[in-house]
Amino acid sequence: MDTSLNPPHTTEATHDEAGNSMFGFIVFLISESVIFLSFFAGYIGYKLMTPNWLPPGVEGLEVRDPAINTVILVSSSFVIYIAERYLHSKNLWGFRFFLLATILMGTYFLYGQAVEWQSLKFGFTSGVFGGTFYLLTGFHGLHVFTGVFLQTTMLLRSFIPGNYDSGEFGVEATGLFWHFVDVIWIILFVLIYVWQ
Amino acid sequence: MTNIVIEPIHHEHPPTTWRTYFTFSTDHKVIGIQYLVTAFVFLMLGGIFAMIMRGELITPESDLVDRNVYNALFTMHGTIMLFGWTFPALAGLANYLVPLMIGARDMAFPRLNAAAFWMVPVVGILLMGSFLLPGGPAQAGWWSYPPVSLQNPSHELISGQSVWLVAVAISGVSSIMGAVNFVTTIIRMRAPGMTPFKTPVFVWAVFSAQIIQLFGLPALTAGAVMLLLDLTAGTAFFDPAKGGNPIFYQHFFWFYSHPAVYVIALPVFGIFSELLPVYARKPLFGYRIVAVSSLMISALSALVWVHHMFASGTPGWMRMFFMATTMCVAVPTGIKVFAWVATVWGGKLRLDTPMLFALSGVVMFVFAGITGIMLGAVPIDIHVNNTYFVVGHFHYILYGTVTMGIYAAIYHWFPKMTGRMYSEGLGKLHFVLAFIGTNLNFLPMHPLGLQGMLRRVSSYAPEYAFWNVIASLGGFLLGMSTLPFILNIVGSWVQGNKAPANPWRAIGLEWLVSSPPPVENFDEIPIVISEPYGYGKSEPLTSNLG
Repeated sequence: MDTSLNPPHTTEATHDEAGNSMFGFIVFLISESVIFLSFFAGYIGYKLMTPNWLPPGVEGLEVRDPAINTVILVSSSFVIYIAERYLHSKNLWGFRFFLLATILMGTYFLYGQAVEWQSLKFGFTSGVFGGTFYLLTGFHGLHVFTGVFLQTTMLLRSFIPGNYDSGEFGVEATGLFWHFVDVIWIILFVLIYVWQ
Repeated sequence: MTNIVIEPIHHEHPPTTWRTYFTFSTDHKVIGIQYLVTAFVFLMLGGIFAMIMRGELITPESDLVDRNVYNALFTMHGTIMLFGWTFPALAGLANYLVPLMIGARDMAFPRLNAAAFWMVPVVGILLMGSFLLPGGPAQAGWWSYPPVSLQNPSHELISGQSVWLVAVAISGVSSIMGAVNFVTTIIRMRAPGMTPFKTPVFVWAVFSAQIIQLFGLPALTAGAVMLLLDLTAGTAFFDPAKGGNPIFYQHFFWFYSHPAVYVIALPVFGIFSELLPVYARKPLFGYRIVAVSSLMISALSALVWVHHMFASGTPGWMRMFFMATTMCVAVPTGIKVFAWVATVWGGKLRLDTPMLFALSGVVMFVFAGITGIMLGAVPIDIHVNNTYFVVGHFHYILYGTVTMGIYAAIYHWFPKMTGRMYSEGLGKLHFVLAFIGTNLNFLPMHPLGLQGMLRRVSSYAPEYAFWNVIASLGGFLLGMSTLPFILNIVGSWVQGNKAPANPWRAIGLEWLVSSPPPVENFDEIPIVISEPYGYGKSEPLTSNLG
């Protein structure tokens, strides 16, 4: 039992590939969050320093519908957590039901975003305001789309017999990604819709 | 807990031939050499561009190439040397060495590793292919400042500038994949017993550099995406004519691109720290503080970027703050330099080729560090802003320190990588030519800059001619110096003397396996019991190998 020569965690880690994958995925998400932080920093800088922030003819942004969207997206983080718990206790149908619910909520968010974009009176090229608005919401929307795509993949994989017997890295990573997308949205919502 | 599960792996592997290097291999050693050779091809291309520029500058008039071609040449020279030579060459060395040095069989994610490498040739093909576009390649310099980079004279959607931005973005994705892989490998795959303060300094340096990639590179990606949208989709982010702010691009760009210098320099500092003890036969002086100083540099690097923007309408308080933080970088780098000096002090120096390159790299780094401190001071920076003084400073880093360091590493680990010894005579010839060439080429840039000669122009006032002729001759000599290197590497790889497992009597896990190492590196995972620099002491490095 000479642990000073041979720390047990190091020995195990060398062979723990799923653990490596989760660690690597978290490192990636931290790095990915810096892209959003850069965009947020740019947004704050532009908003504080641009003389005519709103393009002519634009009063501001409607808050009600995006707020409903926010509630749905943030709630879906809890729904996917329930799905993960069901998978953990080997209840596949419970997992599928709650994962499908998450997918529907994510899809509704994207639909709501598309409806909002349709109704706006400014475009991507309407000054820095239009540019940053569509860049931030669009880049985030791309992440929501990726999340829904990953969830759908995990849902379909659950029909492969024995797929989740050896580990649940894919589902855990998808869940973590979804929480990440939610947290980013909360910051984004405060910056763009609340701070007007 | 003393019984570790040892799985001797004896798969039948096809022998490594030159064809292996053109496959999607997931062996970190193959990928490392793929990176190194690809990077060297880029060094040759970037070097040819540089020599054409030095040819143009040998006379004051603009007579050798068209001004647009000259703009394209310095843009491509800078881009290729950074994203094609230094980054991939050091990624190659880290790929080859890190798993061996920490006692792992491969990187954490071998397929991700291979995918990251194969993006590098794509970047090269895009950049070189942009010469064939009607408007030619990007001409706005390697930093691509708007509004110059937004001019797009050809009015095509696919312009030299947009191709450049796509290439840089792909290079960024490749670097992030590499960074995730290195950080995971170094944190989670070290051999039993390899605690942080039994880990080689090169591994510490690679870790510190990859941390910078993870927090810095996303900022450049954000700026590049916005610039690409301005260029192709008509957005207003950096276009002053549409109400945008070009200074914001400079912040995005330098928030990564200053720390990027440390991404390149830190592994080279690691190389110096590995080599000097071997050839001085003494333990690395201050091993722990040298290791930690790399992380200190990583942390400071996030707080210095505005020193590239002292002349960009930056407010006074910002200049003061970033001048002070820039001066602070001299502390951890100074720690390293003093540790290197103390390491070689009183040692039995063996002046083999790797040691010559390493020592000259340290000397030229001290010079570059002193001009760096000068440039970090606002009054001097404003005086020499955009002159050859700046160009001379960073070439002493990028050639004098980084490229010399990479050469040192290639010679030092060549026997390990190929199983053959290189020719010492050709190596020393290479060193002499490179050392004289570097100083002839880059030293004259300092007086030129102080006298006011601006960078990035193909014609200049006749009174600058003398130093320019010297610099050009140095540049051509530097180009020539690669010929004995190529001859040496190719010739020795084919028919050099067989190398033993440890030709330098060096201490390190990579020297405990055969040269070249077997496919899975270690039959038995080593159990590390002592610090890696025990020269002159008689304690073994591991309890079960060597």
